[in-house]
Amino acid sequence: MRFLLIEDNITLAAAIVERLRLDGHAVDHADTLDTARTCIAVAEYDLILLDIMLPDGDGRTFLRQQRRAARRTPVIVITARSEVSDRVSLLDIGADDYMTKPFDFSELEARCRAVLRRQNGAADNRKIFADTTLDSTAGELLFGGHVVPLRNRELRLLEVFFGAPRQVFSKSHLIDRLFSLSDEASENAIEVYVARLRKRLEGSGARIETVRGLGYRMVPV
Amino acid sequence: MSGRGSIRRRLFFQLVGVAALLSLAFFLVVRALAEQAAEGTQDDILTASATAIADSLNSEDRGVTLELPYSALSMLATINDDRVFYRVVANQETLTGYDDLPLPKELPRLGTPVFATFAYRGEEVRAVSVIRPVGPATDITEVIVTVAQTRAGLAAISRRITTTATGIGLGFFLLATALSLWAANTALAPIARITGSVTRRGPKELRPVVADPPTELVPLVDALNSFMARLRASLYQTENFITEAAHRVRTPLATVRAQAEVTYRKLNKPEHKKAIREMIRAIDESARSAGQMLDHAMVTFRADSLTRDRLDLNVLMAEVCDRLAPTADLKDITIHRVTSEGPAMFEGDGILVQAALQNILDNAIKYSSEDKEIVVRVTVSDMLYLAVTDQGRGFGDVDKSSLTLRFTRGSNVEGIVGSGLGLAIASEVGRAHGGRLEITQNPEGAGACVSLILPRS
Repeated sequence: MRFLLIEDNITLAAAIVERLRLDGHAVDHADTLDTARTCIAVAEYDLILLDIMLPDGDGRTFLRQQRRAARRTPVIVITARSEVSDRVSLLDIGADDYMTKPFDFSELEARCRAVLRRQNGAADNRKIFADTTLDSTAGELLFGGHVVPLRNRELRLLEVFFGAPRQVFSKSHLIDRLFSLSDEASENAIEVYVARLRKRLEGSGARIETVRGLGYRMVPV
Repeated sequence: MSGRGSIRRRLFFQLVGVAALLSLAFFLVVRALAEQAAEGTQDDILTASATAIADSLNSEDRGVTLELPYSALSMLATINDDRVFYRVVANQETLTGYDDLPLPKELPRLGTPVFATFAYRGEEVRAVSVIRPVGPATDITEVIVTVAQTRAGLAAISRRITTTATGIGLGFFLLATALSLWAANTALAPIARITGSVTRRGPKELRPVVADPPTELVPLVDALNSFMARLRASLYQTENFITEAAHRVRTPLATVRAQAEVTYRKLNKPEHKKAIREMIRAIDESARSAGQMLDHAMVTFRADSLTRDRLDLNVLMAEVCDRLAPTADLKDITIHRVTSEGPAMFEGDGILVQAALQNILDNAIKYSSEDKEIVVRVTVSDMLYLAVTDQGRGFGDVDKSSLTLRFTRGSNVEGIVGSGLGLAIASEVGRAHGGRLEITQNPEGAGACVSLILPRS
């Protein structure tokens, strides 16, 4: 996915950009609203992450201008302010969702996914391997005329495998992708999810292979 | 309006006191004047009667004779059966009349009658004596005519006057009392008006009072307005400060957390990874506590003077479920929503109820394990019930009523980030709306059931 991050704190922005790139997303960073407007003029984004307090204005003003100009790019507001009371006004002026700093990246990803799904798959987020299609936005697996709905963790695990087919992923890497860092998770949990994936993939052109002592990889049948 | 501090009461009693004094003075003056007038009338008639008798005196050879004119006595006749006495004395001899009727101590002079009041035959009488020289200039006899009358009539008149004066005085007093009450109320009405315009305000409404006060209250209203201006500035500063503080604390926390996540990805050794995980948990915990403390402060502040909008609990429930669905999704937890058949209307503050629901649902998600289900159900009976039932670990062996206290958590919360404020917030929101929070075990197995109960409108 292609993100535009509008955040004036350079260190925080750098960390967010790097973290999102680790998951394979493309991120542009704007530290002022002015830069953000330039970015929007020259590029298409799947999603905008917007801070409220910016040096050259209020993020809410920017959001209103966007909506008034009928630009429907989803916006998730990242705010340092406390929750409920601000939320109503943010959603009222056209934000699709909001998160309070500091935030969990798996939650951010889940919210991005939910927002994109609400936008009816505005972003083309399909990956194909061995005649099997993973539609991340819809959360579905498509093969041979079948549509297999996926649960959240199954989807996230498949995204890892579809992102780099034939590559071996260690159990601990998969755990990191699957569980929020504030959750406790054991390596056994991964086996449960891999077993589920194998069931979902039955009948498709792809399968998950165990590489003894190393981990798992996705290969054609 | 009680105690020494009541201006209305003081003003009222002062006015009534003055009215009482005036009424008494009025009563005394009226009575004195009326009695004086009555006495004067009696004296005039007595004088006329005595003069008439004196006019009928004749001088003859053998001395002074008198043909008593009965009209002189009949003019004294009153309805009160006052008795009349008379005595005519010439040369120390009683010519006619009651010879024991006392003579005046001081001899009257010509043309100036002498009045006296004394007891005679067991009754108080008023007497007048006139002197009249009778006879030829060479042989003048000084005749003293005394006419006396008992005073029963006068007493009756006096009684009548007293009664009337009392009535008028009392009426005046009652009228004055009513007027005092009205005056005290009217004089103090601007205070009530200004008080009303201040007390009707919400907690955040700090505009100056524009009640158009009377001159005497202008300094008070000015002082109030200047105080409110200072309070507004101070509140504004506090709000700004909280926002700024939240920003200052949360932005670096977010930086640290993001960097920690990036670092985590690059680490290989399990002990290093464990250290980073612990760090992230600590960050989450402090951010969560800070957020909930701000929420708690917000709840306390807003609950003080509750906004009363007409809201549908189903709608609020749906909004909160939408908000938390991605969080639940992360753990493959499904949230089932069961709305009530009709609308579930109540009167209250939507932001507060959302904060309560969010805390309850957030708890349910946090304490549930993967692949579980959470049921959020709105039911309407005599009250509105919003029940959140999870299949998590429940609250363990702990007094459930203590869970709504601040910083109290269940007995089995190891490994889960929490501040112990979530249920306290929900409970306070319930109380502020005249409802409550009910915590039970999930009736259909493991887990907890937390219900927010609100009165319906």
